[in-house]
Amino acid sequence: MFRNQYDNDISTWSPQGRIHQVEYALEAVKQGSAAVGLRSNTHVVLLALKRSSGELASYQKKLTIIDDHLGIAIAGLTSDARVLSNFMRTEAMKSKVIYGRPLPIFRIVSAIGDKAQVNTQNYGRRPYGVGLLVAGYDETGPHLYECAPSGNFFEYYAMSIGARSQSAKTYLERYYESFAEASLDELVRHGLNALRDTLQQDKELNMDNCSIGIVGADCKFKIVEGDELKRYLSLLDNVEMGDTVQGQAPMDTE
Amino acid sequence: MDHFSFNLGKPRHEMTDRRNIFQVDIKPRSESSTDPITRTQRPIVTGTSVIALKYQDGVMLAADNLASYGSLARFKDVERLYPVGEFTVIGASGDISDFQYTKHLLDAEMVKEYYINDGHVLGAPHIYEYLSRVMYNRRSQINPLWNAYVVGGYHNGEGFLGYVDLLGTTYKSSSIATGFGAYLAQPILRKVVEGHENTLSEEEAINAIETCMKVLFYRDARSLNKFQRAKITAQGVEITQPYSVDTEWSFAEGQ
Repeated sequence: MFRNQYDNDISTWSPQGRIHQVEYALEAVKQGSAAVGLRSNTHVVLLALKRSSGELASYQKKLTIIDDHLGIAIAGLTSDARVLSNFMRTEAMKSKVIYGRPLPIFRIVSAIGDKAQVNTQNYGRRPYGVGLLVAGYDETGPHLYECAPSGNFFEYYAMSIGARSQSAKTYLERYYESFAEASLDELVRHGLNALRDTLQQDKELNMDNCSIGIVGADCKFKIVEGDELKRYLSLLDNVEMGDTVQGQAPMDTE
Repeated sequence: MDHFSFNLGKPRHEMTDRRNIFQVDIKPRSESSTDPITRTQRPIVTGTSVIALKYQDGVMLAADNLASYGSLARFKDVERLYPVGEFTVIGASGDISDFQYTKHLLDAEMVKEYYINDGHVLGAPHIYEYLSRVMYNRRSQINPLWNAYVVGGYHNGEGFLGYVDLLGTTYKSSSIATGFGAYLAQPILRKVVEGHENTLSEEEAINAIETCMKVLFYRDARSLNKFQRAKITAQGVEITQPYSVDTEWSFAEGQ
């Protein structure tokens, strides 16, 4: 990006009224692989594209369970994500131990925002390099939030972060009005369609590179990966991409 | 997280706020300080029994208006039933200054919730859980809040009744009584309530309460015939003005 004299540390404003270090941190999120979140009146679904560094390597996990009613998808520096998810888990536990109730979503998200903001104002610190999509179900219903390294957080009906996430947003913007009443399968189908739009040219969604997180009224946060994905991948719309989206490579050559 | 600290297992020395977000500058106490260390006290100004029961519309609590100074009936207008939020009442027996501190803690918690303003409100079960953590924590520091509390409320469509004391002992029941009430009133309450929580009418509940308060005034030498009754239902909290029950003392008069 820009190499100028106002981007060396966090406590320097640019003449345009920007803090470049924070913007550079937001870049780190944009470099991570895509994650999509969307919610209905009963469920919140997170979908993520897992990357692997090579054929021999495993795929990087993108979804983390925080509590029975709360889970996150990450994009960016995974080590920073670990620190934040440990913090969230501690807060979730404290809420259960002290008050005997599941942690309300708004307050954990604003606690993360407060934590992230500290690093944007104190000299010598660096912002967290990870963006979160927080999915949770509490007494006031299902919620989806995005948390950014800048300390900003916002609630959404549907949102996507990471590489090529704009394509997913375009899909979500087109269909979001039908999410509220959608069934769980419908919601996952929309999510997978949106996630597929973030793929590069000849790539496909398969059981290895995809990860789905679901939480809802009667549904504890669970992560669906590997073989269990087959059922959901079969929900994908059959588009010009051919039959590779069915989830399994065709055995016979036709 | 400090994975390699050689102080693992010992209290950490970092000065941060409760959520490990901000650094807090507090003067640490040195090993050689000569400040007094607070230890187990004795209760000074005290309240006697609190009684409570569940009935068909919710729960009811009662406590007299006396704060004793040992054997002296010192303060006769003390309110030992305290509303916390719209659907919970705390009844306190034991040291009154510790009760005042607890009231302050609970108010602070409710104010914090209010300012977060996210649609969540602390209900009776949450206040019960919070209080029990505070009480047990103080007991573990050998510096207890010398009280026995009754937490009564209405939450998720039904009545809630719990007990928390200076040892951190907790339990939930459809009838609760502290102090002398545990010996004198509990048997009466149990007879009336147990098995009939959902069919007991308001009138029968008031009757049971007044019988118990009468017995307590007759037999508890640190009680007063002036008390208040609290009712918590789906409509919220209602605490009566102080009133008395009729008692029969003619047997003690003259020859």
